Amino acid sequence: MRLPRWVRANIQYLLIPFVLGLFLLLWETLIVVNRYPAFILPTPAQVAESFVEYWQNGIIPRHVSITLFEIGLGFSIAFVFASSVGYLLAKSPLLEKIVSPYLIATQAIPIVAIAPLIIIWINTGSAQNALIAALITFFPMLVNTIVGVRGVRDEYRALLRSYAANRWQVFMKLEVPAALPIFLGGVRVGVTLSVIGVIVAELMWADRGLGFLINFAQGHLDTPLLFATVATLSIMAIVLYLTVVLIEKIILRWRRNVQ
Amino acid sequence: MDNHTLIAIESVSKQYGHARDSVLALRDVSLNIRAGEFLSIIGASGCGKSTLLRMIGDLLAPSAGRIVVNGKSPDAARRARECGIVFQAPTLMEWRNIARNVELPLEVVGAPRAERQQRTRDLLDLIRLRDFAARYPGELSAGMQMQVSIARALAYRPTILLMDEPFGALDEITRERLGRELLEIWARTRVTIVFVTHSVPEAVRLSDRVAVMSPRPGRIERVIEIDLPRPRTPATRELPRYWELLREVRAVLGLNEEQNGVR
Ligand SMILES: Nc1ncnc2c1ncn2[C@@H]1O[C@H](COP(=O)(O)OP(=O)(O)OP(=O)(O)O)[C@@H](O)[C@H]1O
Ligand SMILES: [Mg+2]
Repeated sequence: MRLPRWVRANIQYLLIPFVLGLFLLLWETLIVVNRYPAFILPTPAQVAESFVEYWQNGIIPRHVSITLFEIGLGFSIAFVFASSVGYLLAKSPLLEKIVSPYLIATQAIPIVAIAPLIIIWINTGSAQNALIAALITFFPMLVNTIVGVRGVRDEYRALLRSYAANRWQVFMKLEVPAALPIFLGGVRVGVTLSVIGVIVAELMWADRGLGFLINFAQGHLDTPLLFATVATLSIMAIVLYLTVVLIEKIILRWRRNVQ
Repeated sequence: MDNHTLIAIESVSKQYGHARDSVLALRDVSLNIRAGEFLSIIGASGCGKSTLLRMIGDLLAPSAGRIVVNGKSPDAARRARECGIVFQAPTLMEWRNIARNVELPLEVVGAPRAERQQRTRDLLDLIRLRDFAARYPGELSAGMQMQVSIARALAYRPTILLMDEPFGALDEITRERLGRELLEIWARTRVTIVFVTHSVPEAVRLSDRVAVMSPRPGRIERVIEIDLPRPRTPATRELPRYWELLREVRAVLGLNEEQNGVR
């Protein structure tokens, strides 16, 4: 039997709801067979009910907006520092030699180990969570900036030199567009890490945000809410990631016909 | 320096690196390039052709000697945008479409938008690639990319076109076609061309003069006048003089010696 052409063309998308349905069915069966109480493993229906309830009463949206704000702040801090420091390091091998041992050292320390210190020093909820996120987001974005800018070939530089281009023109017309594909790869990783950073920080210490809500649900043995929060978080992370991918597609649209 | 010399190269040497691991790429090279001429530089790999070309374009500084480009130092000439450069690789910006690639030098110069677009259209007509204006470099063949690279180098009407093995990576058929088109462009724009090549027939076919270099350290062995009639056509290759000149260039390169023969 041959599947119709449109089914074959979109098979990966059609499989998503199918696999999800299968997964929910297994989940439900597991509970029916083993008779788990809701606080151990709620049924999909109980989770859905909790999900809808907490979205409607405004509790999840409130925590989502806080978490999103912290992700945005943390990511922006990392973005600004990673791109500017990365550019400077790419342009100055001497500076890179001086600075890179410290940068690598900060990577060797697990962020969870310095997080309590940040929490002691900066005791203003959102800012500290954003900072923790920024710290783990910074490095991969920095590395990609350096690799991207270093990847600009000498012949292209020679070409702009022959036009007597000034520094700003070299930056805008050559370095930025040439480094963008690799730089945006770093941004993609960075967004994911920002989400992780904020959630870890909120889980450790916070009275607001989705991380807090997870803690709260756990403390009250409200497992359906826990699941609903995790689901919200996953959806948020996926939407963020897809947004970055979309922006990347738009910026790098010149690649569409090239291969 | 007589009055139709455009580029004067006076006892120029170039040493790469320092002290023990230094390489003497060029030693005591002198050459006068005339305004409006088509001059080829030919020689074995590593004899310093690219080095010489890069020094004219002020992409490198000589270690000793002096270069005068249109009455200026190479640095001043570069700032006055006397030279357009074409490398062996087309070096197009893959994120810009063809028209915007050709436009790039004009953007850097700061030409007004309308003027840039008019000039770009004219240049694309010159290389007969107007239909590809909105395409991206990745969608063009290697030969077409090279044509775009040449058009781009002509954008701000340089007095000199420096070409470093521009057709080196192309097949023989494309190479001949682009050579003919280059001669047309040269005749129309009256630009002075300094053309680096590895191919003896190509050098003889295109040039007014051929400077033959020898390696280690790089020197100019001889400059041969190519006194073939213009315009050069496929019929030029039927002339006995063409074959004489080929043999002459090959002789200076040391390609005619007995031991190089293959049975
Ligand atoms: N950046 C550099 N550093 C050190 N040595 C160099 C450098 N560039 C070129 N050389 C040396 O200078 C000599 C001349 O090099 P150049 O590139 O000018 O040769 P070329 O005639 O253009 O060769 P080809 O035909 O292979 O392009 C070579 O021996 C090369 O090894
Ligand atoms: Mg070379």
